[in-house]
Amino acid sequence: MFFPISGAHISPIYLSIVGFVIGVLGGFFGVGGSFIAGPALRAVGLHWNFAVGTDLAHIVGKSVVAAKRHRALGNVDLRLGLIMALGTIGGAEVGAQLIQALKRTGHVDSVVSIVSIVIYVSISTFMIWESRKTLRSAGARKKTGKQDHSEFGHVTQWIQRLKIWPMVSLPVSGVKSISVWVIVFVAFIGGIFSGFLGGGAVYNRMPSMVYVLGIPTHLAVGTDLFEIIISASYGTISHAVKGNVDILIALVMNTGAAVGAQIGAISTQYFAGPKIRLAFVPLPLIGAAIVIYTLLTGHKL
Amino acid sequence: MRRQTILTLRAFSIELVVYAALMVGYFFLVLHFLGQWLWNLEMQHRFVYAGVAIVLILGQAVLLEGLTTFLLRLIRGRSE
Repeated sequence: MFFPISGAHISPIYLSIVGFVIGVLGGFFGVGGSFIAGPALRAVGLHWNFAVGTDLAHIVGKSVVAAKRHRALGNVDLRLGLIMALGTIGGAEVGAQLIQALKRTGHVDSVVSIVSIVIYVSISTFMIWESRKTLRSAGARKKTGKQDHSEFGHVTQWIQRLKIWPMVSLPVSGVKSISVWVIVFVAFIGGIFSGFLGGGAVYNRMPSMVYVLGIPTHLAVGTDLFEIIISASYGTISHAVKGNVDILIALVMNTGAAVGAQIGAISTQYFAGPKIRLAFVPLPLIGAAIVIYTLLTGHKL
Repeated sequence: MRRQTILTLRAFSIELVVYAALMVGYFFLVLHFLGQWLWNLEMQHRFVYAGVAIVLILGQAVLLEGLTTFLLRLIRGRSE
């Protein structure tokens, strides 16, 4: 099928399947799936600037479905989500401007490819280390069921003790008091990745919410999805104005994501926090592998 | 628990088949007619295109969510 806006020929079935897979991952992990969607779009010949912008648009639609499902399960902290949206929007604009600067120099594809490989591999390495450590120590303490625990608990407690006005309490997430600036900073960093690499950058923000802010994993997943609706909408508009969005591709991908998101969201009820984090590990690595393949061979999949 | 899982899987399978049929129609009708109009809009009125894009993706998501929930309820309701 020909998509006139980006000038690409892509099978709608391929896009629906990619959307479906991302929908399942989104519902389960709360991720936007940019580490799969970006490389998957790049692999069929879309330039990175279009892959980034279009992925953001697709994520808006997908997150609406998954966030609604998570809200019904009580996994959304609205106050935290709204504060984070402020930081993410600022960061997303910085990321989008970086893409524009690279577009002008003609190095957008190579630079974004290399940065994405480094980020995806780093996140997977960190999460496998932390989750395994947590599961081992949880096993030693004979913890069972869906109890959530992180080996970074001492870091989280130290961050929550920082008294930088204004402070806010997050009763839904079980956080008595935390500085608004810490939340905004975490979201801002995630926003830069979102604007630069596409998607919701949940591979960055979900771990940050758990390890830095001390949000339980199930709530981090749902709240992040809610926050993404706001920030990715802004990112989509920003990229669309800059000519980086093929909305037809996003619409087709979204059809598969609608079904996948429901399956993923229901599945979170059967897994404990550290196990969700451990299962997340291979996903950025798959994205990295696709980018490496495209970068080295120059071939489409 | 096991019965519940089987029912959920059956519901999703039927939903996927119904969905696939709807999507075929969607690809050929909606995208075919929207394609040219959106391309013109993207070329000539970027700000309008940005607004239309966000409305389209949000609208489609809400519609699809409603449709999948309705199908799921219908299929599960009949099999229970």
